This record gives sequence, structure tokens and C-alpha cells, in this order.
Amino acid sequence: MKYKSQKVAYWFFALSMLLLVLQITYGFIMGFARIGFDNLHEFIPFNTARAVHTNLLVVWLLSGFMGAAYYIIPEEAQRELVNVKLAYLQLISLAVVGVLAIVGYHFNYWEGRKFLEIPRPLDYLVVVNVLLFLGLILVTLFKGKRRTTTALVLSMGLLFAALLYLPGMLPFDSQVTDSFFRWWVVHLWVEGVWELIMGGILSFLLIKLTGVDREVIEKWLYIIVGLTFLSGILGTGHHYYYIGVNKIWLIVGGIFSALEPLAFLAMALFAVNMYRKGERKHPNKLALYWTLGAAIVSFVGAGLLGFAHTLPQTNLYTHGTLVTAMHGHLAFWGAYAMIVLAIISYSLPNMTGRKLYQSTRGRAAYWLSNIGMIGMTVAFGVAGVAQVYLERKFGMEFMAVQKEISIHFVVLVICASMFTTGILLYIIDFYKHGTPTDEALETRNS
Amino acid sequence: MLSKKQARTFFLGGTLVTFLVFIGLTVYSLSIENDQTNEKNLTDAVVRGKEIWEANNCMGCHTILGEGGYYAPELTKVIDRLDQRFGGSGEAVIKSILMSEVPWQPNGRKMVAYGMSEEEAEDMVAFFQWIGEIDLNGFERIVSPLAKERIEN
Repeated sequence: MKYKSQKVAYWFFALSMLLLVLQITYGFIMGFARIGFDNLHEFIPFNTARAVHTNLLVVWLLSGFMGAAYYIIPEEAQRELVNVKLAYLQLISLAVVGVLAIVGYHFNYWEGRKFLEIPRPLDYLVVVNVLLFLGLILVTLFKGKRRTTTALVLSMGLLFAALLYLPGMLPFDSQVTDSFFRWWVVHLWVEGVWELIMGGILSFLLIKLTGVDREVIEKWLYIIVGLTFLSGILGTGHHYYYIGVNKIWLIVGGIFSALEPLAFLAMALFAVNMYRKGERKHPNKLALYWTLGAAIVSFVGAGLLGFAHTLPQTNLYTHGTLVTAMHGHLAFWGAYAMIVLAIISYSLPNMTGRKLYQSTRGRAAYWLSNIGMIGMTVAFGVAGVAQVYLERKFGMEFMAVQKEISIHFVVLVICASMFTTGILLYIIDFYKHGTPTDEALETRNS
Repeated sequence: MLSKKQARTFFLGGTLVTFLVFIGLTVYSLSIENDQTNEKNLTDAVVRGKEIWEANNCMGCHTILGEGGYYAPELTKVIDRLDQRFGGSGEAVIKSILMSEVPWQPNGRKMVAYGMSEEEAEDMVAFFQWIGEIDLNGFERIVSPLAKERIEN
């Protein structure tokens, strides 16, 4: 750690860990409900569990991205954060908004729009919170001694993510138009600007972990984010095939979303090549595992599994089935969860001064969570493909099909248990590092 | 091989061009001439139905236009489907489910008992009727065997 104010990142990461545990808990509630054990239905019906599960995912990832920015921006800009107290205030307000939303979901207080369930009054609080965050990051960046490409791409991703939240707040009478602009937020976040954030964090980590020249890494960063937007913006069309808008999206969405895996392939090749080229072997092997893992698993989860059902001819049958859940889980895990866990693994020893680089617990956390998540993805995939054939091809009733495929949710819960064990080990490792201290300040080799 | 400056131009140029095309296609596909939703039939009852749909997060379990929770049935062609199953009384079945004070448990999977008023249930039916008439580029044939027969005839 080079600047005292970087310590604020730790508390954002701690909030992320807490929310991740809650997210997993609600995931189990849904998994059990699908195999018939919905004893909590009176208090936590499925729609509540689902809204909590997906919204907690967004909030813990955003908290992780914010923590990453508070750690990376001072180091890249070579100056302290402009106002640490405001950063803590922003953390507390983020936690308060998150908790209010989650509690509200248990009392039918929400806006039932998939992924954007946060009720309108809380939306305004989110906007204020994000503006405060962006203000702190951007002022620090522009007052800094240097403006690196890594910092610019990361900040641009965060800025665009904030701007793209706004179309989701527009009111529409038509379900179709409502859905159309909801995807401006959801798709252009996860298959657009969040990839900028991921690319920025990945670039920072590769510079630190491999020692490859910044110019080389940042040139590749531009190519990757260029490919992301080139395919991802018009790739939004894959959400418009069958929701009641013009057929032109079948062609445009089909072509451009088929190109989307290229950005993830480039990211995976880039990360592995930089690792091979690198002369510096940083001792923090766990951070390297998570960094390379994020690049590779995101290619499989977001790239390949996304491609598997993105063509309109396939999507006609898979639209609105569990095939989407299969893709969603591995994509979010690889692209966003793993990159947040990577920056935590890298920065934690630097902030606390405890260099637990060779922890067996840390390695077990990595492998158990990854193998568990791959198992979950396979379970969702088998259930989804069976659902497509039975329901969409053979015309069986929805609930009759659900009974047929419920066995795959038993497998899902078993794999989720392995995944959870991995995550809990990661959190124990997080806890064992202790809290950040000024004694960990150093001027080089961080 | 590209220089860093060329790579930046590729990123900025590609983003700008595709974003402009995206805006153009958005305007094109939402224009009145290209409407596939029968927007003229978007009555106050349909809008109230949509508000009830959102206020109760029905999408958290069901899907509509193929979007939602995958836990409960697709409701895009729900009136057609229930008409076929219950001899033409699809609307009445929907209303009775929504107005029920006790949880509806088809095949053991529970639905929240919303206990809606008759007016609210009618607004929901109006919403489902409007949704059911939308041209979904062929998806309506997949989610409703009845629609498939109707289109083939």
C-alpha cells in the first residue's frame, strides 16, 4: 500500500463479503424451494428470495468495484484520495440503501422489474450515492500526478455505469418499451461498461503481478474494451428478439452478439500471454490464480455459454428457460465475482501487512468455489436443456416438466454446498488478514 | 501491429459508430409504423394491470414475454392456454386465482395468495389480453400450442 487513503477499500471489500454470504443464503432458499422444500414460503416467497439474491449480487459486486477503485485510483494517480471521510460516508450510505431495499422486498415494497427491483425513492438515493463516489474518484484522478489508461478505463466504466442506470428509471405504460429500456441498463452494464471496469482491474493486476511493461498491457486493454463495445452495444439486440419489437433485431442482435465471445477470448489470451511474458514473479500466487481464473472462466461462462443460446434460431426455444440461469451463473462468477476476489486477494496483504501468500486455505477456497460453480452450471444446463425439449418441443405442461427436472436441483444444491465451502474459506482467509494499518505503508514493491 | 494510439482510436471510433447505429435502430424499432404491440389497445385497465404486475413482482416467479423468474409458468398466452384447458373459462380461472385468499398450489408449488379485488383482477386480465396479442416474431407459437394451431390454420 502506497497511500493511507487506500485503506478505505478494505471496508468496501468487507461489506462485499458480508453481502456475498447473504446472497448465497437466499440462493439456497431458492434451490430448496425448487426441490419441494419451500417451508419459508410464508415469510420469504420465491419472488422475494430471487429479488434479494440478484440484487445482493449487484450490490456486492458494486461495493467490490468501488473498493477496487478506491485502492487503484490513488496508486495510479499517485496521490491520496481527495476526501477519506466522504468515502466512508459513501460506504455507509451504500450499505443503508442496500439494507433498506432488501428489507423492503420482504414486505412487498419493490418495483417488480427483473434485476431493477429497487423501489423508485431508493433509486434516487442510489443516484446520490454513486455521484458522491464518482466525484471522489474523478477529482482524485484529475488532481493526480498522472492519468494512466488503466485509471481512465476503470473510471470511464464506473461513470458510464452510473449514466446507464438512468434509462431504467424512465416510466413507460407499455411492458414492451419498459423491457426495451430495462435492457439498456442490464445488458449494457454486464456486457458493456462493467467489462471496462473488469478490464481496468485486470490491467492493474497484470501490471503489478507480471511486471510486463504498462504500455504493452494498456494497448491490449484498449483493443479488448474496443471489441467489447463493438460487439456488446449492438449485441443488446439478443434481448429484443422475442419481446415484441421489430425483426431487424434478429439479424443485428444475432450477428453482433455472436461476436461478443471475441472480447472475452481476447481477454483470456491477453491475461495468459502477459503471465507467460512476465519476468517478475510476484509472490502473491493466490492473486494470480484469481486474476488468470477470472479471464479464463469469464470466456467460458460469458463467452462460450452465452454464444450457446444467443443465435435467434436457438434462442426461440431457450428464451425464458433455465438455460439463461446456466449462462448467468458462470458468466457473473467468472467475469465479475472472480475479478473482485482477485483484487481483494492482491490488495488485502498490502493493506494489512500480513503476507499470507502461501495459504492452503486460500488455495482450497479457489478450487472448491470454482469446481462448485462449474457443477452448478452443469446442473442448471442439464435442467435447462431438458426443459427446452420437454416443454418447448414436446408441449408438456410447465409444472409437469418442473417435476421431471427437480432432480437436477438436488445436484445443484450439492454443488452449491461445495461452492459455499470455498467462499467461507475465502472469508476466513479475509478475516485472518486482520484490519488495515498505516504500518503496512510502503514506497515500493507493493 | 497496432500502436497504443491506434488501439485507442479503434476503441473510441468503434464505440461511437456502434452507439450511433444502436440509437438509430432504437428509434426505428420503436416508431409507430413498426409497432407490433397494438399500442392503440393500451387502455387504462392494461396500464393499471401492468402496475399491479410490478407492485407484486409477479416477474420474480413467472415469465412474461420470456422474461422473469423461471419458477412459475410463462404468462404470455395464459388466457389462450387456460381457455383450452378449462373449456373457454380462462379469464374466470385467472380471476379466481388472483382473488383467492388461500395460497394456490398447483402441483405442490405455492403461489402467494394476493386476495385481489374484482377490479384489480379484471385489470390483470386486461393486461394479459394485451400481452397475448403482441406479435413476438414467432415466440408466441412456442409458448402456446393453441397459438401454433391458430397460426397454421
